[in-house]
Amino acid sequence: MGHEETVYDALDHAHGGEGQWAFGTGFDEPLAGVDTTVPDGVDPADLGAYCLMLGDDALVLAQRLTEWVTASPELEEEVAVANIALDLLGQARLLLARAGSVGVLGRSRARATASIPDEDALAYFRDPDEFRNTGLVAAPNGDFGRTMVRLLVAATVRLAVLAELRRSRDPVLAAIAAKGVNEVAYHRDHAARWVLRLGDGTPESHRRVQAGAVEVWPLLADVFSPTDVEHRLTAAGVAVDPSTVRGEVVEVLTAVLGQATLQVPEWPAGTVPRGRLGEHGPELTELLGTLQGLARQHPAATW
Amino acid sequence: MVAETVTDPELPTLTLADLGVLRNVRVEDGTVVVEITPTYSGCPAMGVMRADLVRALHRAGFPEVDVRTVLAPAWSTDWISEEGRRKLAASGIAPPGRAPVRTPGPVPLQLGPSRRTAACPLCGSPDTVEQSEFGATACKALRRCRACGEPFEHVKEI
Repeated sequence: MGHEETVYDALDHAHGGEGQWAFGTGFDEPLAGVDTTVPDGVDPADLGAYCLMLGDDALVLAQRLTEWVTASPELEEEVAVANIALDLLGQARLLLARAGSVGVLGRSRARATASIPDEDALAYFRDPDEFRNTGLVAAPNGDFGRTMVRLLVAATVRLAVLAELRRSRDPVLAAIAAKGVNEVAYHRDHAARWVLRLGDGTPESHRRVQAGAVEVWPLLADVFSPTDVEHRLTAAGVAVDPSTVRGEVVEVLTAVLGQATLQVPEWPAGTVPRGRLGEHGPELTELLGTLQGLARQHPAATW
Repeated sequence: MVAETVTDPELPTLTLADLGVLRNVRVEDGTVVVEITPTYSGCPAMGVMRADLVRALHRAGFPEVDVRTVLAPAWSTDWISEEGRRKLAASGIAPPGRAPVRTPGPVPLQLGPSRRTAACPLCGSPDTVEQSEFGATACKALRRCRACGEPFEHVKEI
């Protein structure tokens, strides 16, 4: 079939000429036709809460990365950062849709109009205390060197978790993880090559990326600390206990920083979970103000 | 047959069947059930693909159409058909090589320059260099030919 008409005609045809909600898509349920039955012995509330953790990590980091669009050091890098953010946004969409499929919507559903899909309601109509991302992904970008260190650290953790999650007893999570591994492997290696190039580059690039690592490392304090939800779901064969990937993360990051002639900052002592329980600093409120502002001002807008 | 003619919104010379995105078409109780799989998690073209499929089947006289998403197994560039690869090259886009084999357990780190290669789709020279692993769409990398100097896109292996 050719595109003698615009793509919008086909979308309009698919929905009988009804307008689409302006901020989401409304025409493409990401899990349409996917069997979303909850595995035996699993509490749907736990499953949904876990999907929010992994989904919010992706959504928040995607939003941070898009801050580099129009501001990247070179055009190719702008395209790369935008692509990485798009992959993460796609993972967030699937995971938030999975949370919605088991009825975990928090206060968002009461605030969003009925035409807004679950995953968009979760993204645009939750308050900061309902987000379950870690502080690692919410921290401001800093300069480009620090942005790449944070991406390296966040992607290394995420890749290790997703690689294990491919064996989840929840087939939807396992499928999302299997797709995610292919994507996040590219993200981690891309960030690692930048850290190598900057660390083993000029004295100024070395100084900056080393300073970035010193800023980013303390954000790992609660990343490996499982919540009760993760404990229960790991026991049920559905989730990955983040403490079990610490060894792999330390090994990968030590290898990259070593080759980049950078000093590995001191590993922070583990603390109780914070972001995973909804405790966030002002940086998440600031980020969500940008992400959600327009949708909240015009909650019923259509195009 | 109708579903197989629907093209990709971002690579309009290729059909969804050429790309391996179209997984299955069958009739269940008078409804045409079409299964498609996203290339990347964030593929922004899924909505348009779904709508294009519904419209093409409606026009061909099938009023009941159900387009379903299949997430597993994850899409791989190995699913792009020979015909699809020929069409890609003909439109100046280097087709992908073999996808990396994913095994259970940790994913090994790739610190060196990418070992991917691709012949220039314009002059055929194998002497090309990768400029960026990320291109204008999620599925493509940017390369440049050292022989003819032209930049080109390469569908990267996944």
